[in-house]
Amino acid sequence: MIDTLRLTAEGAKRLLDAKEISGPELFAAYLEAIGERDPELHCFLHVCDDPGGDGIPIAVKDVIGTKGIPTTAGSKILEGYVPVYDSTVVSRLKAHGLRILGKTNTDEFAMGSSTENSAYGPSHNPWDPSRVPGGSGGGSAAAVSAGLAPWALGSDTGGSIKQPSALCGNVGLRPTYGTVSRYGIVAFASSLDQVGPVARTVRDCAFLYSVIAGRDPCDSTTVELPQPVQLPEGESLAGLRIGVPKELNEAEGIEPGVREAVERAIELCRELGAEVGECRLPLSVEYGMPCYYLIAPAEASSNLARYDGVRYGYRTPDPADRLDMYKRTRDEGFGDEPKRRILVGTYALSAGYYDAFYGQAQKVRTVIKREHDAAFGDFDALVSATSPTVAFPLGARTADPIAMYLSDLLTIPSCMAGLPGLSIPCGLSEGLPVGLQLVGPQFGENVLFRIGHALEQALGFDMVPERLR
Amino acid sequence: MAIDREQLLHVAHLARLELREDEIERLGAQLNDILAAVSKVSELDLADVPPTSHPLDLVNVWAEDEPHVSLTADEALANAPQRDGDMFRVPPAGS
Repeated sequence: MIDTLRLTAEGAKRLLDAKEISGPELFAAYLEAIGERDPELHCFLHVCDDPGGDGIPIAVKDVIGTKGIPTTAGSKILEGYVPVYDSTVVSRLKAHGLRILGKTNTDEFAMGSSTENSAYGPSHNPWDPSRVPGGSGGGSAAAVSAGLAPWALGSDTGGSIKQPSALCGNVGLRPTYGTVSRYGIVAFASSLDQVGPVARTVRDCAFLYSVIAGRDPCDSTTVELPQPVQLPEGESLAGLRIGVPKELNEAEGIEPGVREAVERAIELCRELGAEVGECRLPLSVEYGMPCYYLIAPAEASSNLARYDGVRYGYRTPDPADRLDMYKRTRDEGFGDEPKRRILVGTYALSAGYYDAFYGQAQKVRTVIKREHDAAFGDFDALVSATSPTVAFPLGARTADPIAMYLSDLLTIPSCMAGLPGLSIPCGLSEGLPVGLQLVGPQFGENVLFRIGHALEQALGFDMVPERLR
Repeated sequence: MAIDREQLLHVAHLARLELREDEIERLGAQLNDILAAVSKVSELDLADVPPTSHPLDLVNVWAEDEPHVSLTADEALANAPQRDGDMFRVPPAGS
Protein backbone atom coordinates (compact mmCIF):
# COMPACT_ATOMS: atom_id res chain seq x y z
CA MET A 1 0.00 0.00 0.00
CA ILE A 2 1.60 3.26 -1.15
CA ASP A 3 0.46 6.29 0.89
CA THR A 4 0.83 9.08 -1.67
CA LEU A 5 -0.27 11.65 0.92
CA ARG A 6 2.93 11.13 2.88
CA LEU A 7 5.40 9.90 0.25
CA THR A 8 8.22 12.28 -0.71
CA ALA A 9 10.14 11.94 -3.97
CA GLU A 10 13.21 10.97 -1.94
CA GLY A 11 11.15 8.33 -0.11
CA ALA A 12 9.75 7.01 -3.39
CA LYS A 13 13.26 6.65 -4.76
CA ARG A 14 14.30 4.66 -1.68
CA LEU A 15 11.34 2.28 -2.13
CA LEU A 16 12.12 1.88 -5.83
CA ASP A 17 15.84 1.31 -5.23
CA ALA A 18 15.05 -1.32 -2.56
CA LYS A 19 12.61 -2.95 -5.00
CA GLU A 20 9.85 -2.66 -2.38
CA ILE A 21 7.64 -1.16 -5.07
CA SER A 22 7.84 -1.23 -8.87
CA GLY A 23 7.73 1.71 -11.26
CA PRO A 24 4.28 0.76 -12.63
CA GLU A 25 2.88 0.32 -9.08
CA LEU A 26 4.11 3.77 -8.10
CA PHE A 27 2.62 5.47 -11.16
CA ALA A 28 -0.65 3.57 -10.69
CA ALA A 29 -0.85 4.71 -7.06
CA TYR A 30 -0.80 8.36 -8.18
CA LEU A 31 -3.36 7.71 -10.92
CA GLU A 32 -5.58 6.15 -8.29
CA ALA A 33 -5.18 9.17 -5.98
CA ILE A 34 -5.99 11.45 -8.92
CA GLY A 35 -9.08 9.37 -9.72
CA GLU A 36 -10.18 9.59 -6.11
CA ARG A 37 -9.54 13.25 -5.25
CA ASP A 38 -9.17 15.22 -8.48
CA PRO A 39 -12.90 15.32 -9.32
CA GLU A 40 -13.23 17.54 -6.23
CA LEU A 41 -9.97 19.50 -6.54
CA HIS A 42 -9.58 19.85 -10.33
CA CYS A 43 -5.78 20.07 -10.25
CA PHE A 44 -5.26 18.40 -13.65
CA LEU A 45 -6.24 19.54 -17.13
CA HIS A 46 -4.79 16.38 -18.66
CA VAL A 47 -3.72 13.07 -17.10
CA CYS A 48 -1.15 10.87 -18.88
CA ASP A 49 -0.78 7.12 -19.25
CA ASP A 50 2.31 5.60 -17.67
CA PRO A 51 5.11 6.07 -20.22
CA GLY A 52 6.94 3.13 -18.59
CA GLY A 53 10.18 2.98 -16.63
CA ASP A 54 11.06 3.21 -12.97
CA GLY A 55 11.44 6.97 -12.61
CA ILE A 56 9.54 9.08 -10.13
CA PRO A 57 6.28 10.59 -11.43
CA ILE A 58 5.93 14.37 -11.73
CA ALA A 59 3.15 16.82 -12.52
CA VAL A 60 3.84 19.70 -14.90
CA LYS A 61 2.08 23.06 -15.08
CA ASP A 62 0.17 23.47 -18.31
CA VAL A 63 2.20 26.47 -19.51
CA ILE A 64 5.16 24.10 -19.95
CA GLY A 65 5.36 22.59 -23.44
CA THR A 66 5.21 18.78 -23.63
CA LYS A 67 5.66 16.95 -26.92
CA GLY A 68 2.58 14.95 -27.83
CA ILE A 69 0.70 16.04 -24.68
CA PRO A 70 -1.86 18.89 -24.87
CA THR A 71 -0.58 22.24 -23.58
CA THR A 72 -3.28 24.89 -23.16
CA ALA A 73 -1.85 27.41 -20.64
CA GLY A 74 -5.37 27.39 -19.18
CA SER A 75 -6.66 29.23 -22.25
CA LYS A 76 -9.37 28.45 -24.80
CA ILE A 77 -7.14 29.98 -27.46
CA LEU A 78 -4.79 26.99 -27.08
CA GLU A 79 -7.50 24.34 -26.72
CA GLY A 80 -6.38 21.23 -28.62
CA TYR A 81 -2.82 22.50 -29.11
CA VAL A 82 -0.33 19.62 -28.96
CA PRO A 83 3.33 20.72 -29.04
CA VAL A 84 5.61 19.02 -31.55
CA TYR A 85 8.66 19.49 -29.33
CA ASP A 86 9.52 19.33 -25.62
CA SER A 87 10.48 22.34 -23.56
CA THR A 88 14.07 22.07 -22.30
CA VAL A 89 12.90 21.54 -18.70
CA VAL A 90 10.75 18.59 -19.80
CA SER A 91 13.66 17.14 -21.81
CA ARG A 92 15.72 17.34 -18.63
CA LEU A 93 13.02 15.62 -16.57
CA LYS A 94 12.89 12.83 -19.12
CA ALA A 95 16.69 12.55 -19.25
CA HIS A 96 16.51 11.86 -15.49
CA GLY A 97 13.87 9.20 -16.11
CA LEU A 98 11.05 11.19 -14.49
CA ARG A 99 7.57 10.28 -15.78
CA ILE A 100 4.95 12.91 -16.51
CA LEU A 101 1.70 12.28 -14.65
CA GLY A 102 -0.22 15.09 -16.27
CA LYS A 103 -0.62 18.80 -16.87
CA THR A 104 -1.82 20.99 -14.03
CA ASN A 105 -4.34 23.79 -13.99
CA THR A 106 -3.28 27.43 -14.10
CA ASP A 107 -4.76 30.87 -14.45
CA GLU A 108 -4.99 31.66 -18.15
CA PHE A 109 -1.43 32.33 -19.41
CA ALA A 110 -0.31 32.22 -15.75
CA MET A 111 -2.08 35.54 -15.15
CA GLY A 112 -3.71 35.42 -11.75
CA SER A 113 -3.40 34.50 -8.09
CA SER A 114 -6.17 31.93 -7.60
CA THR A 115 -6.59 29.73 -10.76
CA GLU A 116 -10.03 31.32 -11.12
CA ASN A 117 -8.86 32.83 -14.43
CA SER A 118 -8.44 29.35 -15.94
CA ALA A 119 -10.74 28.91 -18.94
CA TYR A 120 -11.31 25.34 -17.69
CA GLY A 121 -12.59 26.22 -14.22
CA PRO A 122 -10.73 26.79 -10.94
CA SER A 123 -8.75 24.33 -8.83
CA HIS A 124 -9.67 23.96 -5.16
CA ASN A 125 -7.53 24.08 -2.03
CA PRO A 126 -7.05 20.60 -0.52
CA TRP A 127 -7.23 22.08 3.01
CA ASP A 128 -10.67 23.56 2.28
CA PRO A 129 -12.19 23.08 -1.18
CA SER A 130 -14.35 26.20 -0.79
CA ARG A 131 -11.09 28.18 -0.96
CA VAL A 132 -8.59 28.89 -3.74
CA PRO A 133 -5.24 27.08 -3.95
CA GLY A 134 -3.52 30.32 -5.00
CA GLY A 135 -2.22 30.99 -8.45
CA SER A 136 -1.31 30.97 -11.05
CA GLY A 137 0.24 27.56 -10.31
CA GLY A 138 -2.61 26.43 -8.06
CA GLY A 139 -2.99 23.11 -9.87
CA SER A 140 0.62 22.07 -9.22
CA ALA A 141 0.58 23.20 -5.59
CA ALA A 142 -2.78 21.60 -4.77
CA ALA A 143 -1.75 18.35 -6.50
CA VAL A 144 1.41 18.07 -4.38
CA SER A 145 -0.42 18.83 -1.12
CA ALA A 146 -3.25 16.39 -1.91
CA GLY A 147 -0.85 13.52 -2.70
CA LEU A 148 -1.74 13.53 -6.41
CA ALA A 149 1.95 13.99 -7.32
CA PRO A 150 5.14 13.74 -5.26
CA TRP A 151 6.42 16.94 -6.82
CA ALA A 152 5.67 19.26 -9.72
CA LEU A 153 6.98 22.03 -11.93
CA GLY A 154 5.46 25.47 -11.77
CA SER A 155 6.29 28.82 -13.33
CA ASP A 156 6.60 32.15 -11.57
CA THR A 157 6.37 35.68 -12.95
CA GLY A 158 5.32 37.66 -9.85
CA GLY A 159 4.63 34.90 -7.33
CA SER A 160 2.94 32.05 -9.19
CA ILE A 161 5.06 29.32 -7.54
CA LYS A 162 5.60 30.80 -4.07
CA GLN A 163 2.08 32.06 -3.37
CA PRO A 164 0.24 28.79 -4.22
CA SER A 165 2.83 26.82 -2.22
CA ALA A 166 2.12 29.11 0.72
CA LEU A 167 -1.66 28.72 0.40
CA CYS A 168 -1.46 24.92 0.00
CA GLY A 169 1.25 24.35 2.64
CA ASN A 170 4.18 23.00 0.66
CA VAL A 171 7.62 24.03 -0.59
CA GLY A 172 8.04 26.13 -3.73
CA LEU A 173 11.12 27.74 -5.25
CA ARG A 174 11.22 30.62 -7.68
CA PRO A 175 14.82 30.31 -8.94
CA THR A 176 17.22 33.13 -9.77
CA TYR A 177 16.23 34.58 -13.15
CA GLY A 178 18.34 32.94 -15.85
CA THR A 179 19.13 29.68 -14.08
CA VAL A 180 16.29 27.68 -15.66
CA SER A 181 15.54 27.58 -19.38
CA ARG A 182 12.36 29.16 -20.72
CA TYR A 183 12.61 27.36 -24.07
CA GLY A 184 9.27 25.76 -24.87
CA ILE A 185 7.40 27.59 -22.10
CA VAL A 186 4.28 29.57 -23.03
CA ALA A 187 5.67 33.09 -22.58
CA PHE A 188 3.96 35.66 -20.35
CA ALA A 189 6.55 38.31 -19.33
CA SER A 190 9.95 37.25 -20.60
CA SER A 191 12.16 39.34 -18.30
CA LEU A 192 10.37 37.84 -15.27
CA ASP A 193 9.18 34.30 -16.13
CA GLN A 194 11.02 31.45 -14.38
CA VAL A 195 10.20 27.75 -14.12
CA GLY A 196 10.74 26.18 -10.71
CA PRO A 197 10.00 23.21 -8.45
CA VAL A 198 7.09 22.54 -6.08
CA ALA A 199 7.71 19.77 -3.55
CA ARG A 200 6.85 18.26 -0.18
CA THR A 201 10.29 18.85 1.36
CA VAL A 202 13.11 21.35 0.89
CA ARG A 203 15.45 18.49 -0.08
CA ASP A 204 13.10 17.31 -2.84
CA CYS A 205 12.78 20.92 -3.99
CA ALA A 206 16.57 21.32 -4.11
CA PHE A 207 17.03 18.05 -5.98
CA LEU A 208 14.41 18.93 -8.60
CA TYR A 209 16.04 22.33 -9.03
CA SER A 210 19.37 20.60 -9.72
CA VAL A 211 17.64 18.58 -12.47
CA ILE A 212 16.23 21.57 -14.35
CA ALA A 213 18.86 24.29 -13.76
CA GLY A 214 21.75 25.26 -16.02
CA ARG A 215 22.56 26.95 -19.27
CA ASP A 216 20.52 26.04 -22.35
CA PRO A 217 21.78 27.02 -25.82
CA CYS A 218 18.10 27.39 -26.85
CA ASP A 219 17.57 30.20 -24.29
CA SER A 220 20.21 32.91 -24.52
CA THR A 221 19.12 34.40 -21.17
CA THR A 222 20.33 31.32 -19.26
CA VAL A 223 23.61 30.87 -17.37
CA GLU A 224 25.43 27.99 -15.67
CA LEU A 225 25.04 27.83 -11.90
CA PRO A 226 28.17 29.35 -10.31
CA GLN A 227 28.17 26.50 -7.75
CA PRO A 228 26.42 23.12 -7.81
CA VAL A 229 23.19 22.58 -5.86
CA GLN A 230 23.85 21.28 -2.36
CA LEU A 231 21.19 19.05 -0.82
CA PRO A 232 20.68 20.53 2.66
CA GLU A 233 21.42 18.37 5.70
CA GLY A 234 22.25 20.36 8.81
CA GLU A 235 19.89 21.80 11.39
CA SER A 236 22.00 24.73 12.53
CA LEU A 237 21.84 28.26 11.20
CA ALA A 238 25.01 29.36 12.98
CA GLY A 239 27.01 31.91 11.01
CA LEU A 240 24.03 33.09 8.90
CA ARG A 241 22.67 36.62 8.97
CA ILE A 242 18.93 36.84 8.32
CA GLY A 243 17.31 40.19 7.56
CA VAL A 244 13.74 41.08 8.41
CA PRO A 245 12.63 43.76 5.93
CA LYS A 246 10.46 46.13 7.93
CA GLU A 247 8.16 47.09 5.06
CA LEU A 248 7.53 43.49 3.94
CA ASN A 249 6.68 42.47 7.48
CA GLU A 250 4.57 45.48 8.37
CA ALA A 251 2.71 45.82 5.07
CA GLU A 252 -0.97 46.69 5.25
CA GLY A 253 -3.28 43.71 4.93
CA ILE A 254 -1.12 41.05 6.61
CA GLU A 255 -3.52 38.94 8.67
CA PRO A 256 -2.73 38.69 12.42
CA GLY A 257 -2.51 34.87 12.26
CA VAL A 258 -0.04 35.08 9.39
CA ARG A 259 2.04 37.66 11.24
CA GLU A 260 2.17 35.49 14.39
CA ALA A 261 3.28 32.35 12.51
CA VAL A 262 6.00 34.32 10.69
CA GLU A 263 7.21 35.94 13.93
CA ARG A 264 7.51 32.50 15.55
CA ALA A 265 9.56 31.26 12.59
CA ILE A 266 11.85 34.31 12.81
CA GLU A 267 12.34 33.62 16.53
CA LEU A 268 13.18 30.03 15.62
CA CYS A 269 15.89 31.25 13.21
CA ARG A 270 17.47 32.99 16.17
CA GLU A 271 17.23 29.87 18.36
CA LEU A 272 18.88 27.82 15.59
CA GLY A 273 21.88 30.12 15.71
CA ALA A 274 21.23 32.75 13.04
CA GLU A 275 21.94 36.41 13.60
CA VAL A 276 18.64 38.21 12.94
CA GLY A 277 18.29 41.93 12.28
CA GLU A 278 15.95 44.46 10.72
CA CYS A 279 16.50 45.92 7.26
CA ARG A 280 14.62 48.25 4.90
CA LEU A 281 13.08 47.94 1.43
CA PRO A 282 10.84 51.01 1.47
CA LEU A 283 10.47 51.79 -2.23
CA SER A 284 10.48 48.13 -3.32
CA VAL A 285 7.35 47.37 -1.36
CA GLU A 286 5.53 50.63 -2.01
CA TYR A 287 6.25 50.74 -5.76
CA GLY A 288 6.74 47.04 -6.54
CA MET A 289 3.10 46.32 -7.36
CA PRO A 290 2.57 49.27 -9.76
CA CYS A 291 5.98 48.59 -11.35
CA TYR A 292 5.09 44.93 -11.91
CA TYR A 293 1.64 45.70 -13.30
CA LEU A 294 3.22 47.90 -15.96
CA ILE A 295 6.20 45.78 -16.96
CA ALA A 296 4.46 42.38 -16.93
CA PRO A 297 1.45 43.53 -19.03
CA ALA A 298 3.73 45.41 -21.44
CA GLU A 299 5.74 42.25 -22.08
CA ALA A 300 2.56 40.16 -22.16
CA SER A 301 0.96 42.39 -24.79
CA SER A 302 3.95 41.69 -27.00
CA ASN A 303 4.21 37.95 -26.23
CA LEU A 304 0.49 37.34 -26.75
CA ALA A 305 0.56 38.95 -30.18
CA ARG A 306 1.45 35.49 -31.56
CA TYR A 307 -2.08 34.19 -30.91
CA ASP A 308 -3.53 35.32 -34.21
CA GLY A 309 -5.34 32.23 -35.51
CA VAL A 310 -2.75 31.62 -38.25
CA ARG A 311 -0.31 28.91 -37.15
CA TYR A 312 -1.84 27.10 -34.18
CA GLY A 313 -4.59 27.40 -31.61
CA TYR A 314 -8.12 28.70 -32.04
CA ARG A 315 -9.37 30.48 -35.18
CA THR A 316 -12.77 32.17 -35.36
CA PRO A 317 -15.15 30.46 -37.81
CA ASP A 318 -15.82 32.13 -41.18
CA PRO A 319 -13.81 35.36 -40.85
CA ALA A 320 -14.64 38.04 -43.43
CA ASP A 321 -10.98 38.93 -43.98
CA ARG A 322 -7.63 38.72 -42.23
CA LEU A 323 -8.09 41.65 -39.85
CA ASP A 324 -11.50 40.28 -38.88
CA MET A 325 -9.86 36.90 -38.24
CA TYR A 326 -7.20 38.39 -35.94
CA LYS A 327 -9.63 40.50 -33.95
CA ARG A 328 -12.42 37.98 -33.49
CA THR A 329 -10.03 35.07 -32.87
CA ARG A 330 -8.42 37.04 -30.06
CA ASP A 331 -11.69 38.34 -28.61
CA GLU A 332 -13.26 34.88 -28.59
CA GLY A 333 -10.09 33.01 -27.56
CA PHE A 334 -8.81 35.14 -24.64
CA GLY A 335 -10.54 35.52 -21.29
CA ASP A 336 -10.89 38.79 -19.37
CA GLU A 337 -7.52 38.79 -17.58
CA PRO A 338 -5.31 38.41 -20.67
CA LYS A 339 -7.45 41.06 -22.37
CA ARG A 340 -7.01 43.46 -19.44
CA ARG A 341 -3.24 42.93 -19.49
CA ILE A 342 -2.97 43.21 -23.27
CA LEU A 343 -4.88 46.50 -23.13
CA VAL A 344 -2.85 47.90 -20.21
CA GLY A 345 0.40 46.79 -21.84
CA THR A 346 -0.45 48.14 -25.27
CA TYR A 347 -1.46 51.45 -23.70
CA ALA A 348 1.72 51.65 -21.58
CA LEU A 349 3.88 51.02 -24.64
CA SER A 350 2.02 53.33 -27.01
CA ALA A 351 3.40 56.61 -28.35
CA GLY A 352 3.03 59.43 -25.86
CA TYR A 353 2.72 57.16 -22.81
CA TYR A 354 5.85 55.04 -23.10
CA ASP A 355 8.14 57.30 -21.05
CA ALA A 356 5.59 58.00 -18.32
CA PHE A 357 4.61 54.35 -17.87
CA TYR A 358 6.92 51.67 -19.24
CA GLY A 359 10.13 53.75 -19.17
CA GLN A 360 9.40 54.97 -15.63
CA ALA A 361 8.59 51.42 -14.46
CA GLN A 362 11.96 50.21 -15.77
CA LYS A 363 13.66 52.89 -13.68
CA VAL A 364 11.66 51.83 -10.62
CA ARG A 365 12.95 48.34 -11.32
CA THR A 366 16.52 49.66 -10.99
CA VAL A 367 15.60 51.22 -7.64
CA ILE A 368 14.14 47.91 -6.43
CA LYS A 369 17.26 46.06 -7.50
CA ARG A 370 19.52 48.56 -5.72
CA GLU A 371 17.54 48.34 -2.48
CA HIS A 372 17.87 44.56 -2.50
CA ASP A 373 21.59 44.75 -3.32
CA ALA A 374 22.07 47.01 -0.29
CA ALA A 375 20.14 44.62 1.98
CA PHE A 376 22.32 41.70 0.84
CA GLY A 377 25.40 43.68 1.81
CA ASP A 378 24.37 43.02 5.42
CA PHE A 379 22.36 39.79 5.23
CA ASP A 380 22.51 36.32 3.64
CA ALA A 381 18.73 36.02 3.29
CA LEU A 382 15.58 38.04 3.88
CA VAL A 383 12.47 36.69 5.57
CA SER A 384 8.78 37.61 5.53
CA ALA A 385 5.36 36.09 4.92
CA THR A 386 4.86 34.82 1.37
CA SER A 387 1.21 35.85 1.14
CA PRO A 388 -0.43 38.50 3.33
CA THR A 389 -3.38 36.16 3.87
CA VAL A 390 -4.18 32.47 4.07
CA ALA A 391 -6.20 30.89 1.25
CA PHE A 392 -9.25 33.04 0.49
CA PRO A 393 -12.73 31.82 -0.54
CA LEU A 394 -13.42 31.21 -4.22
CA GLY A 395 -15.02 34.30 -5.73
CA ALA A 396 -13.79 36.68 -3.01
CA ARG A 397 -11.52 38.72 -5.30
CA THR A 398 -12.73 37.96 -8.83
CA ALA A 399 -14.78 41.14 -9.28
CA ASP A 400 -11.92 43.44 -8.31
CA PRO A 401 -8.68 43.01 -10.30
CA ILE A 402 -6.73 45.29 -7.94
CA ALA A 403 -7.67 43.23 -4.85
CA MET A 404 -6.46 40.13 -6.70
CA TYR A 405 -3.22 41.87 -7.72
CA LEU A 406 -2.49 42.68 -4.04
CA SER A 407 -2.25 38.91 -3.33
CA ASP A 408 1.28 39.16 -4.70
CA LEU A 409 2.33 42.27 -2.77
CA LEU A 410 5.08 40.45 -0.84
CA THR A 411 6.39 38.20 -3.64
CA ILE A 412 6.63 40.83 -6.40
CA PRO A 413 9.60 42.97 -5.21
CA SER A 414 12.21 40.18 -5.28
CA CYS A 415 10.83 38.92 -8.63
CA MET A 416 11.43 42.37 -10.13
CA ALA A 417 15.05 42.14 -8.92
CA GLY A 418 15.47 38.66 -10.46
CA LEU A 419 16.21 37.09 -7.05
CA PRO A 420 15.46 33.57 -5.84
CA GLY A 421 12.70 32.99 -3.30
CA LEU A 422 11.69 29.89 -1.37
CA SER A 423 8.33 29.45 0.35
CA ILE A 424 8.01 26.89 3.13
CA PRO A 425 5.03 26.23 5.41
CA CYS A 426 5.55 27.71 8.90
CA GLY A 427 2.28 27.00 10.67
CA LEU A 428 -1.48 27.33 10.51
CA SER A 429 -3.80 30.28 10.90
CA GLU A 430 -7.51 29.52 11.21
CA GLY A 431 -6.69 25.94 10.20
CA LEU A 432 -5.02 27.00 6.94
CA PRO A 433 -1.31 26.97 6.02
CA VAL A 434 0.90 30.05 6.34
CA GLY A 435 3.90 30.38 4.00
CA LEU A 436 7.27 31.80 5.01
CA GLN A 437 9.18 33.53 2.22
CA LEU A 438 12.99 33.35 2.19
CA VAL A 439 14.64 35.58 -0.42
CA GLY A 440 18.30 35.22 -1.32
CA PRO A 441 20.85 37.14 -3.37
CA GLN A 442 21.35 36.23 -7.03
CA PHE A 443 22.32 32.51 -7.26
CA GLY A 444 21.74 32.20 -3.50
CA GLU A 445 19.55 29.08 -3.73
CA ASN A 446 21.87 26.94 -1.56
CA VAL A 447 21.58 29.27 1.41
CA LEU A 448 17.78 29.28 1.01
CA PHE A 449 17.76 25.48 0.97
CA ARG A 450 19.93 25.40 4.10
CA ILE A 451 17.69 27.79 6.03
CA GLY A 452 14.50 26.20 4.70
CA HIS A 453 15.63 22.69 5.62
CA ALA A 454 16.72 23.67 9.14
CA LEU A 455 13.41 25.43 9.79
CA GLU A 456 11.46 22.54 8.27
CA GLN A 457 13.11 20.09 10.71
CA ALA A 458 12.57 22.40 13.68
CA LEU A 459 8.95 23.28 12.78
CA GLY A 460 7.78 19.73 12.04
CA PHE A 461 4.83 21.03 10.00
CA ASP A 462 2.44 18.25 8.97
CA MET A 463 1.91 18.85 5.27
CA VAL A 464 -1.09 16.54 4.90
CA PRO A 465 -4.28 18.62 4.92
CA GLU A 466 -6.20 17.91 8.14
CA ARG A 467 -9.33 16.78 6.30
CA LEU A 468 -7.36 14.12 4.39
CA ARG A 469 -5.47 12.63 7.37
CA MET B 1 -6.37 60.54 -15.94
CA ALA B 2 -8.98 58.37 -17.57
CA ILE B 3 -9.22 56.77 -20.95
CA ASP B 4 -12.47 57.26 -22.80
CA ARG B 5 -14.35 54.96 -25.13
CA GLU B 6 -12.57 56.25 -28.23
CA GLN B 7 -9.10 55.72 -26.72
CA LEU B 8 -10.08 52.27 -25.48
CA LEU B 9 -11.22 51.25 -28.97
CA HIS B 10 -8.00 52.66 -30.43
CA VAL B 11 -5.84 50.63 -28.02
CA ALA B 12 -8.00 47.55 -28.67
CA HIS B 13 -7.46 48.02 -32.40
CA LEU B 14 -3.69 48.30 -31.93
CA ALA B 15 -3.85 45.02 -29.96
CA ARG B 16 -6.14 43.43 -32.57
CA LEU B 17 -8.96 42.84 -30.11
CA GLU B 18 -12.58 43.16 -31.25
CA LEU B 19 -14.28 44.14 -28.01
CA ARG B 20 -17.98 43.40 -27.61
CA GLU B 21 -20.26 46.11 -26.22
CA ASP B 22 -20.41 44.54 -22.73
CA GLU B 23 -16.62 44.23 -22.67
CA ILE B 24 -16.13 47.88 -23.60
CA GLU B 25 -18.05 48.87 -20.50
CA ARG B 26 -16.62 46.30 -18.08
CA LEU B 27 -12.99 46.25 -19.23
CA GLY B 28 -12.97 50.01 -19.79
CA ALA B 29 -13.91 50.69 -16.16
CA GLN B 30 -11.38 48.14 -14.86
CA LEU B 31 -8.68 49.52 -17.14
CA ASN B 32 -9.14 52.96 -15.63
CA ASP B 33 -8.85 51.53 -12.10
CA ILE B 34 -5.67 49.65 -13.05
CA LEU B 35 -4.09 52.68 -14.76
CA ALA B 36 -4.88 54.82 -11.71
CA ALA B 37 -3.12 52.26 -9.48
CA VAL B 38 -0.03 51.85 -11.66
CA SER B 39 0.31 55.61 -12.25
CA LYS B 40 1.82 55.67 -8.77
CA VAL B 41 5.23 55.07 -10.40
CA SER B 42 5.17 58.68 -11.64
CA GLU B 43 5.39 59.99 -8.05
CA LEU B 44 9.11 59.24 -8.00
CA ASP B 45 11.69 61.58 -9.52
CA LEU B 46 14.01 59.16 -11.31
CA ALA B 47 15.53 61.41 -13.94
CA ASP B 48 19.07 60.20 -13.09
CA VAL B 49 18.26 56.50 -12.69
CA PRO B 50 19.03 54.18 -15.61
CA PRO B 51 16.31 51.73 -16.67
CA THR B 52 16.54 47.97 -16.03
CA SER B 53 15.19 45.87 -18.87
CA HIS B 54 16.60 42.58 -17.64
CA PRO B 55 17.87 41.29 -14.27
CA LEU B 56 21.06 39.64 -15.60
CA ASP B 57 24.07 41.54 -16.91
CA LEU B 58 24.46 39.48 -20.07
CA VAL B 59 25.94 41.19 -23.11
CA ASN B 60 26.26 39.77 -26.62
CA VAL B 61 25.49 36.10 -26.12
CA TRP B 62 26.77 34.42 -29.27
CA ALA B 63 26.19 30.95 -30.66
CA GLU B 64 28.10 29.09 -33.34
CA ASP B 65 26.24 29.06 -36.65
CA GLU B 66 25.87 25.30 -36.87
CA PRO B 67 23.18 23.61 -38.95
CA HIS B 68 20.98 21.19 -37.04
CA VAL B 69 17.84 19.17 -37.62
CA SER B 70 14.77 21.38 -37.38
CA LEU B 71 11.02 20.72 -37.54
CA THR B 72 9.73 19.15 -40.74
CA ALA B 73 7.03 20.98 -42.69
CA ASP B 74 4.46 18.48 -41.42
CA GLU B 75 5.49 19.07 -37.82
CA ALA B 76 5.41 22.84 -38.26
CA LEU B 77 1.95 22.62 -39.79
CA ALA B 78 0.60 20.00 -37.36
CA ASN B 79 -1.42 22.54 -35.35
CA ALA B 80 -2.48 24.76 -38.26
CA PRO B 81 -6.14 25.82 -38.12
CA GLN B 82 -6.17 25.56 -41.91
CA ARG B 83 -3.51 24.10 -44.18
CA ASP B 84 -2.98 24.26 -47.92
CA GLY B 85 -0.15 21.97 -49.00
CA ASP B 86 2.94 23.11 -47.15
CA MET B 87 1.43 26.49 -46.29
CA PHE B 88 -0.81 28.02 -43.64
CA ARG B 89 -4.07 29.05 -45.31
CA VAL B 90 -5.55 32.39 -44.21
CA PRO B 91 -8.43 34.53 -45.46
CA PRO B 92 -7.60 37.39 -47.88
CA ALA B 93 -6.53 40.80 -46.61
CA GLY B 94 -9.51 43.15 -46.39
CA SER B 95 -10.08 46.22 -48.50
